[in-house]
Amino acid sequence: MKFMMLVKHTSKFSGPPPKALMDAIDKLAEEAVKNGTMLGSGGLAPIEQSTRIRISKGEITVTDGPYTEAKEVIGGYAQFELKSKEEAIQGAKHFMELHKQHWPGWEGETEVRQIFGPEDFAQHIHELSRKAG
Amino acid sequence: MATDTHRAIDAVWRIESPRLIAGLARIVRDVGVAEDLAQDALVAALEQWPISGVPDNPGAWLMAAAKHRAIDYFRRNTRLERKHEELGRELAAREMAVPDLNAALDDDVGDDLLRLVFVSCHPVLTTEARVALTLRLLGGLTTGEIAHAFLVPEPTIAQRIVRAKRTLSEKGVPFEVPRGPELAARLSSVLEVVYLIFNEGYSATAGDDWMRPGLCEDALRLGRILAELAPLEPEVHGLVALMEIQASRSGARVNASGEPILLLEQNRAHWDQLLIRRGLAALGRAEKLCEGNVDGTPGPYALQAAIAACHARARTAQETDWKQIVALYGELVLFAPSPVVELNRAVALAMAFGPAAGLDLVDTLISEPSLATYHLLPSVRGDLLRKLGRVQEARAEFERAAGLTRNTRERELLIERARVCVSGSTLS
Repeated sequence: MKFMMLVKHTSKFSGPPPKALMDAIDKLAEEAVKNGTMLGSGGLAPIEQSTRIRISKGEITVTDGPYTEAKEVIGGYAQFELKSKEEAIQGAKHFMELHKQHWPGWEGETEVRQIFGPEDFAQHIHELSRKAG
Repeated sequence: MATDTHRAIDAVWRIESPRLIAGLARIVRDVGVAEDLAQDALVAALEQWPISGVPDNPGAWLMAAAKHRAIDYFRRNTRLERKHEELGRELAAREMAVPDLNAALDDDVGDDLLRLVFVSCHPVLTTEARVALTLRLLGGLTTGEIAHAFLVPEPTIAQRIVRAKRTLSEKGVPFEVPRGPELAARLSSVLEVVYLIFNEGYSATAGDDWMRPGLCEDALRLGRILAELAPLEPEVHGLVALMEIQASRSGARVNASGEPILLLEQNRAHWDQLLIRRGLAALGRAEKLCEGNVDGTPGPYALQAAIAACHARARTAQETDWKQIVALYGELVLFAPSPVVELNRAVALAMAFGPAAGLDLVDTLISEPSLATYHLLPSVRGDLLRKLGRVQEARAEFERAAGLTRNTRERELLIERARVCVSGSTLS
């Protein structure tokens, strides 16, 4: 099963993380590559540099950041291949532990989202149609 | 709550058990005993964690629990008294010298895992036993999961694992990485086991589903671990490249109703570009390492990966470099002369130089005894005959192929191809 981990933080923590945290994350990432679970990862540029292309009421609008309404910002992502959602949760908890330890006061979350494979789509559609029918 | 904890324990076990068993095996010098000790630690976790909660560092907890049991094991085990004293002293000395045994184990964890891989894939074991033991010890799968994946009754797998561990113990297989000339042969046994697991997941030989993605993921994970443990072995990277690129097509290989879609029919937008990039990078590493070889030629896994890469690089089926693929199959045949490889070369020949060129080669394979029950021979022959307009012969070949495959989905596809041969509509 593939998972996308999205790391979000409240918009007031926009600066770079402390070095100790970066080091700890580097070590964790190295382990995750070594044990064959992490497929890829990346950090995102600050939200100020982002642009949103949005459809609302039939109109397409293009808006540059920063956004006044943004309370939580996605700072980075990582893609994993794991055996179960529980394994993903364990990994994300460990990742958040590092934040707790190395960045006092930091607030944010890691969202664990499964990336559907073909078999999951089939299963999902089957379940939806069963609920509907 | 208890079920949540149990699920968490399952996950922790899957993550931690290989290095736990590997670390213990180094101490007790017996893979079977190491696994029992690790299992005992798991039982302790199952008893305590639902009450105390999952500890912050569950891996270290399990290792500490297992370590205590290892010490008890040495104390209890009077039959191995001398060894016990010797190892007990060694363990005590290690504890004295290194206050934190966990850290010491962590340092060597890579070497320990590599030793465990080589022992699990040891040639004294049957191929089936190697597969089961590798999935169990390194993949962290339960006996039930392995049985389910291979559609075999659970007691059969349990028996296989028990016997394998006994054989390793009786034959006194050392817990070490082979060196010198032995290394190449032993490594190829390891790679064979990993690829066998992958293939069983990628094109299931039996059953109702064409793929079992779980097994592919297990094999890929093992391969990626292996590439980190033995980074200088080109064929390890070759195998990883092959599996990454093949796995990149998983999302495009079946339609919504679970029927297989042939490579050239697949929607390439559904190929996983991340896996392709990883595969091409691994292939690059394999090729770079091969440059250091005496003759500079890539091994069979790197060659197969290079063939897969030809498909991966082509943005459309028409862009495929079939001449390059023919050349690569030509090299592969030199390495491992096999009628199956020849059959694949025939398909590539047909694509590069026309169906008649392919059929000539296929026809030389008809009398090949090892292909007598191989459904892909009549399937390929049917395809080439149909392209040459010999539709009645083509239909007979597709029907023969349908009768030979054990996979339900594939049989349906072949019956359909036989049907459209005569009705005139084209499928490929």
